[in-house]
Amino acid sequence: MAKLIVNGKEIDVPPEYTLLQACETAGAEIPRFCFHERLSIPGNCRMCLVELVGSPKPVASCAWAVRDCRPGPKGEPPEVRTRSPMVRKAREGVMEFLLINHPLDCPICDQGGECDLQDQSMAYGIDGSRFRENKRAVEDKYLGALVKTSMNRCIQCTRCVRFSAEIAGVPELGATGRGEDMEITSYLQEAMTSELQGNVVDLCPVGALTSKPYAFAARPWELNKTESVDVMDALGSAIRIDTRGREVMRILPRTNDDINEEWISDKTRHVVDGLRTQRLDQPYVRDNGRLRPVSWNEAFKVIAQKLARANPKRVGAIVGDLAAVEEVFALKDLMTRLGVGNLDCRQDGSALDPKWGRASYLFNATIAGIEAADALLIVGSNPRREAAVLNARIRKRWRTSNFPIGLIGPKVDLTYTYDYLGAGPETLADIARHSFADAMRQAERPLLLVGAAAFARPDGAAIAALAAKAAVDLGAVKEGWNGYSVLHSAASRVGALDLGFVPGEGGLNARQMAASGTLDVVFLLGVDELEIAPGAFSIYIGSNGDRGAMRADAILPGAAYPEKSAIYVNTEGRVQMATRASFPPGEAREDWAILRALSDVLGKRLPYDSLAALRQALFKAYPHFQRLGQIAPGDPADVHKLAQHRPGTTERAPFRSSVEDFYFTNAIARCSAVMAECSAIAAGRVAMTAAE
Amino acid sequence: MLTDKDRIFRNLYGQHDWGLEGARARGAWDGTKDILARGRDALVNECKASGQRGRGGAGFPTGLKWSFMPKEVQQGRPHYLVVNADESEPGTCKDREIMRHDPHLLIEGCLIAGCAMAAKHCYIYIRGEFIRERERLQAAIDQAYEAKLIGKNNIHGFDFDIVLHHGAGAYICGEETALLESLEGKKGQPRLKPPFPANMGLYGSPTTVNNVETIAQVPDIMRRGSAWFAGIGRKNNTGTKLFCISGHVERPCNVEEEMGIPLRELIERHAGGVRGGWDNLLAVIPGGSSMPMIPAGADQADTLLMDFDGCVAKKSAFGTAAVIVMDKSTDIVRAMARISYFYRHESCGQCTPCREGMGWMWRVLERMAEGRAQKREIDMLFEVTKQIEGHTICAFGDGAAWPVQGLLRHFRPEIERRIDQYTANPHPEPVSVAAE
Repeated sequence: MAKLIVNGKEIDVPPEYTLLQACETAGAEIPRFCFHERLSIPGNCRMCLVELVGSPKPVASCAWAVRDCRPGPKGEPPEVRTRSPMVRKAREGVMEFLLINHPLDCPICDQGGECDLQDQSMAYGIDGSRFRENKRAVEDKYLGALVKTSMNRCIQCTRCVRFSAEIAGVPELGATGRGEDMEITSYLQEAMTSELQGNVVDLCPVGALTSKPYAFAARPWELNKTESVDVMDALGSAIRIDTRGREVMRILPRTNDDINEEWISDKTRHVVDGLRTQRLDQPYVRDNGRLRPVSWNEAFKVIAQKLARANPKRVGAIVGDLAAVEEVFALKDLMTRLGVGNLDCRQDGSALDPKWGRASYLFNATIAGIEAADALLIVGSNPRREAAVLNARIRKRWRTSNFPIGLIGPKVDLTYTYDYLGAGPETLADIARHSFADAMRQAERPLLLVGAAAFARPDGAAIAALAAKAAVDLGAVKEGWNGYSVLHSAASRVGALDLGFVPGEGGLNARQMAASGTLDVVFLLGVDELEIAPGAFSIYIGSNGDRGAMRADAILPGAAYPEKSAIYVNTEGRVQMATRASFPPGEAREDWAILRALSDVLGKRLPYDSLAALRQALFKAYPHFQRLGQIAPGDPADVHKLAQHRPGTTERAPFRSSVEDFYFTNAIARCSAVMAECSAIAAGRVAMTAAE
Repeated sequence: MLTDKDRIFRNLYGQHDWGLEGARARGAWDGTKDILARGRDALVNECKASGQRGRGGAGFPTGLKWSFMPKEVQQGRPHYLVVNADESEPGTCKDREIMRHDPHLLIEGCLIAGCAMAAKHCYIYIRGEFIRERERLQAAIDQAYEAKLIGKNNIHGFDFDIVLHHGAGAYICGEETALLESLEGKKGQPRLKPPFPANMGLYGSPTTVNNVETIAQVPDIMRRGSAWFAGIGRKNNTGTKLFCISGHVERPCNVEEEMGIPLRELIERHAGGVRGGWDNLLAVIPGGSSMPMIPAGADQADTLLMDFDGCVAKKSAFGTAAVIVMDKSTDIVRAMARISYFYRHESCGQCTPCREGMGWMWRVLERMAEGRAQKREIDMLFEVTKQIEGHTICAFGDGAAWPVQGLLRHFRPEIERRIDQYTANPHPEPVSVAAE
């Protein structure tokens, strides 16, 4: 620890701290534009200048380390002043320089009200302008469907450049030109390709980069802000849902160092318009091939009639990718009461099974644990698409120091370099003899990341056993470290597996249920990625009119994720609660309430009348769901046991990713025009439109 | 007055052979092996004792700079010597002549300096516009390799490689850390200090960046001894220096002279005097365009001693010793506006005060040159220069602010006169304002 005097107050800080950190520790606020905790330090905005006693010039506190300070002549600790006339003058000077070429268009700027430049010029600037010349004009740039530019406002802090080069790993932004003529640009005016590009909007301290879909939609002070959890992938990123009235206006990231740090993927951020489009807002029943709007009572009556005639052995229930724990619990409860054993939460046909133990389907290493890992083997996954934020975490680890990464699966650009080991299960079976295995064995904490798609093959069970065996052989499962990590892509999956929503004794799995002639009635809780063969009467409970609703014989309109308070369990097994930010449209109701009401009509009333009562029952049966924000870790012995399994042989087919089109992974995203545009751009189908 | 026997650059004017034979005839490469044999510490101490200060502008003691390099070479962190031949300061043309006419002095200096810092690799970063100079220097390096003076297994027993790197002509790449960035293949923008190059320089390894003239003087210092060098000039300002005299003199020239020579003597002896006589002098910029000007006058230019301390005494700086002489025919405000334009054009754009301030200064000065300004803007302009000075990442912000400060300090009445003149008799045509 090093002693330092900040504004006359003596503090003790680690010597590697920067003066900025030290000052903040001492409670002195330091303004800044270019500095960002998660990016490299450029020290170019000069807003954070402080006085270091003994130094003739003020120093940039963001870049000056405490250990670079020299003690005073009598050995007294170095002294920093943040409120002296020198500092005030420096800040006023820098602020004036920043403002001379910044347009005075705050009233029409989307950043207005949440603009660092606005706030800091109020706090540290001077009151008038002395600049009588013409302001600089910069042409706006085209950066794709998500980021709108207004480059006159740019203050060249280079946060966006550093983000795209360092975090996103797609160095598509840069600064061209020199001096006043320096411009931030994508060089060839092409759309950015990163799945994390929306974050540059948050990073931009001014209104140069703003959100294109949200342009001129709302002002920050008229929005209600609700902290919640994302369901677009299985990470459960922390988000903030901003609503005006009952309409979700935008989604922003929250800081959660365990999961998403402070980034979210573009799908998480910009799926918003999918929450307004093609919403199911009243029940429907299919008559003579056409869906007819009906009342809730009528819909329930039709379902009751169908069920009354059906043998429980020919009734089934499948859970989709966005379902919350509560509704899965209610559905399972109802099915049990109906005597139905055909349950499945794995619409992709995954072989993962709770009977193998919880550690067999969790991301045991945890997301933050990636940074502790020192070797990584990726099997059958494209983390960049399946969990873009997690991929950024892998990249962060890879940038920090030597981090050997091997890949078995589709050969794609992951934004970091890796050893390509092979395409299919045969490489995985032989991994122990591969040269890369040495890197894993030598590592203290090797991590084996297995994508969800690897289990969703006909030979999924064999793959699971192989992967577990590889993890054990390569030393990934040891005392104090479980590196066997399954990367799910469905937000509902881990919660539903925890609830045991899988076929009971003699029950059918999702693939069998979807096949022709096996069922008479099937409940689909937001199932859109699985085609149900004609024949069965299908009851779709969900929020958006997508594939599942097209096929359905009865539609019960449910709530989308911002419209319900619900528990989700992410791929690590971390239990998180989403908060209700809005209300379901029209007649739509929360999914658990629909099931509760239906149970009454069926004469199998579920014993809870409120969400609180449901949760009480849930927590009683599954206590780990009440520990919000925490992980109930899996037992490493499960992985060892799984490694002993010999369930058949593997096929030669190469691994593929569970996500083919990043922008179209679920019903809400498929309803979003913004996602459609992104997808089209990604596919190169849209000719580049000229810069506005 | 420097005697011929004390000259270091004996072929400054290119009258003799620039090549290896010629250089040897003038004494280069003589006893180099013995010099290297003295060892690192002896070389650094010799340099310290000579009192040599960097010839690139800042005047940092060379021996002290060398002593900052780590004592031991760590595994995987080789030491580098980088020679700054990106001579771009307006008015300065000394390194160019060395590379043209006496390149072997530089090469030999590189070897000795490299040995003094245990650097086995040397990069010479040469300015983009210096095309013939690069060819000449490269030819000289090739000669040195050929004669096994440098390279692997050379006759001096110290493996040493020199790579000549051609810049692209940006002024900022003359700043040592921007030069390193450029050398690494990145955009030439200065780095934050600390860490200093002696700790984390080229490719993150300990690096020393020296000016061409500094390095080219080293062989003679080592051969003739520090006492000889220290005996020339004044205390703290020892040795000889190349002066580049340009502007309103009868015979603009480059000349090697003793440090501390009075400005008047320098100009009158070597450049034929100020055009129209000494009394016709208006002002002089003593050290390249980034230094504040010194006006004529008994306590100003008339008594100026041309060395580091002499210039500081007149509130200016010695810089590169590029003397720019301006006689009374000079439109001094327009001249400064032109210099400001240069800095606006060459600002790298990395940090705010320089990026935004240079254009502002230039535009105000352009108006002041016409008189199209308010008198209160003179004080405002001075404040703007103060807002730039000391607030930037590199020293070039200061270097752009100083000349304007010099103008405002000494020629405020002239600016006010123009403003009065313009106000009394404004332009008959409406004034068109350019976009910039």
